[in-house]
Amino acid sequence: MGLKRDVSLMTALRYKGQGPFLTYILHRIGGMGMAIFITIHILATFVEGRGWKIGDVIGDIYISPVFQIFVIFCVLFHAINGMRITILDLFPGLILHHRRAIMIEWIIFIVLYSFAVVTIITTAIGRL
Amino acid sequence: MTQAKPRTLPLSKRGMSFETFMWAFTRLTALGMYFFLLVGVVGALVMGALNQMSFIEVLRWALITNPGHVQYTNVPDIAPWASTFWRLVASGMFLTASSHGMHGVIVVLDDYFATVSQRQWIRILNLLGYIIVAPIGLYIIWTA
Repeated sequence: MGLKRDVSLMTALRYKGQGPFLTYILHRIGGMGMAIFITIHILATFVEGRGWKIGDVIGDIYISPVFQIFVIFCVLFHAINGMRITILDLFPGLILHHRRAIMIEWIIFIVLYSFAVVTIITTAIGRL
Repeated sequence: MTQAKPRTLPLSKRGMSFETFMWAFTRLTALGMYFFLLVGVVGALVMGALNQMSFIEVLRWALITNPGHVQYTNVPDIAPWASTFWRLVASGMFLTASSHGMHGVIVVLDDYFATVSQRQWIRILNLLGYIIVAPIGLYIIWTA
């Protein structure tokens, strides 16, 4: 059986799943981002150790503030949202408070992510 | 607006299928990763990270406690960061995270590939990727 969706792309883009859907989709983006980054990071480190001279290219990517801000977003959001999912799944009685849990999650994420972004930007400015 | 009380069923009545097992596996490996992360952060602080590393550098170290992750920080001596203990912690974190990640990628891709053969290929390719990448990752951790 093939994949069949009964909604158009425009309808899908207008889907108003609100807070829970936003965390669901960002969790997936964060997870896939990390999976791709870590796989490439491991393979690049390995081939670099075998004598392939790709260190400069990889270093330029890693040192880019935009790249660092994206990777930190993936890691922090996936970790904090994952903790909320784990707590609510292991204690299903708390599901009643899931919207409050999402609010708390966003507050923790924004505080930590802001701190991380400020560190990345000030480090990048310091390198200029 | 009043919300309905969530219906919960004990595991004994629900039964343990492969899907249920992997559902629990994803949650338990997440808890495992938080544990390794905490060990990494506490260890870094004990070894003097407060004055020698930035927040981002501590986070990078705690994610995988590989000595290569403190190479370009202000840490004066890498030797304590390259002990067998930290390599074991790094290996534990790496294997937990990679198995969690492999299953996560399959769950995501299953939503976009619906035929039986497509889903089989997704599983074969992911498993193949894991078999290749996991030993390479461990090799890097133990030779860095």
